[in-house]
Amino acid sequence: MRRLINWQPSSVGAVILGALPFVLLLVVYMVASDIRQSENPNDKLLPPLSAFAEAMDRMAVQHDPRSGDILLWADTVASLRRLAIGLGFATIIGFVFGIATGLLPYAGRMFSPLIGVLSMVPPMALLPILFIVFGLGELSKIVLIVIGVAPFMMRDLAMRVKELPPEQLIKAQTLGASTWQIIVRIVAPQVMPRLLDAVRLSLGPAWLFLIAAEAIAATEGLGYRIFLVRRYLAMDIILPYVAWITVLAFLSDYLLQTIQRRAFVWFQPERNSE
Amino acid sequence: MTAISIKNLYKDYNNSAVLRDINIDISGQEFCVIVGASGCGKSTFLRMLLSEITPTGGKIQIDGLPIATEPGPDRGVVYQRYSVFPHMTVLENVMLGPSLARSAFLGRLFGKARRLIHEEAMRYLQAVGLEHACNLYPASLSGGMQQRLAIAQALIMKPKVLLLDEPFGALDPGTRKDMHDLILRLWKENQMMIFMVTHDLQEGFLLGTRVLVFDKIASLNTERDKPGATITYDIPLTHRRKQ
Repeated sequence: MRRLINWQPSSVGAVILGALPFVLLLVVYMVASDIRQSENPNDKLLPPLSAFAEAMDRMAVQHDPRSGDILLWADTVASLRRLAIGLGFATIIGFVFGIATGLLPYAGRMFSPLIGVLSMVPPMALLPILFIVFGLGELSKIVLIVIGVAPFMMRDLAMRVKELPPEQLIKAQTLGASTWQIIVRIVAPQVMPRLLDAVRLSLGPAWLFLIAAEAIAATEGLGYRIFLVRRYLAMDIILPYVAWITVLAFLSDYLLQTIQRRAFVWFQPERNSE
Repeated sequence: MTAISIKNLYKDYNNSAVLRDINIDISGQEFCVIVGASGCGKSTFLRMLLSEITPTGGKIQIDGLPIATEPGPDRGVVYQRYSVFPHMTVLENVMLGPSLARSAFLGRLFGKARRLIHEEAMRYLQAVGLEHACNLYPASLSGGMQQRLAIAQALIMKPKVLLLDEPFGALDPGTRKDMHDLILRLWKENQMMIFMVTHDLQEGFLLGTRVLVFDKIASLNTERDKPGATITYDIPLTHRRKQ
């Protein structure tokens, strides 16, 4: 009898194995939905798949009679816009402060304690303050995302900078590099792919803060919509929306990963050797 | 030619002596090899010559002037590892030094200036036998090729002094022998002084024109003083200079 750790699935078997839990979940849902529907045809908790199709036809294909928009697209555009602006600002802040505090001892001594304390503040606890200061509009939602992920990015980038071998910085100086030249030619290009890693890791928290802010005060957005229709127990809308958010999160992660692989060819063997 | 004069140099770490009473004068095209057991301050000495660390006391003078407080282009270095930049191709690595000198803001050159540096860099790559690999990234080079690249990258700055910190320590014996021939050739072709740290005595006597042996000495003062190391033997191998 071979040991369990030596059992390898074939390539086809691996695909089947991976798909199996998804199929099982779907079957369990369909059976449970069917049982509830047979007891009460008006049950809202576990609607049949046909109800999802009808709801999505209403949300994603037809124009809303009141606003004239196609709601799913309007919500998606609004949410992705907030997410992109928030993550964009957080990334820029993380990049600048990460390099400054990681490379310059004076900047590190001055800002690292502050960043350390800021990263301990629960961002959601700041949301009321943001609503008071920035109002209920777009700004407070974007600022929540920035406050939520920028401290992590700053600390992560500073650590990545400090991980660069000190020999590299000495070598650069023997080649006549100034501090600025070391930043633009040695440090920044090398932390760029690592920055993309930090952005990927921040996607989850960024979505969390976005949906939380939208749930509390918004007039459109994916998070706004699912919390709005919750009042009518509209599981036929909520579940496809959740699936759609998951797809968007997955795609944005995949996109960042692809950019990293294509744009930083030197980084892959480097990472594998670590 | 360059002259280095070191007087009463010493270095402490956390109140325990690492190096003591280093006094030495070196001038001309000397190939100084620094040998000694681990923990004898060989690398500490090299790093002081590089201005990577500052001495606790004493003087280092280069051509009559106190040594600069920071590393600079007059002293090149090749470490055992991490001497080249992984995000640049072989050619970009060699072009880096001259590009930095000519472009303060971007550190990059374009057009005619770039072509001139390109040609110069290719000459240095030819000298170390890497011209065919000029578009590869360092990660796809062997250990020996990476060290050749590091040497070319340092030499294009035409340093007065080249500092080598166990540069061949991680290479297999065959590659090591090729590297010995290469470094001797480059040393003769370029007017420079070389300091090389190695723990391989044979390598030291094979390459050097002067071998400095570092060793710990018994404490001169009190019993609680940990002994520091110093140069216990200074062996000139003058026959090589006449070759």
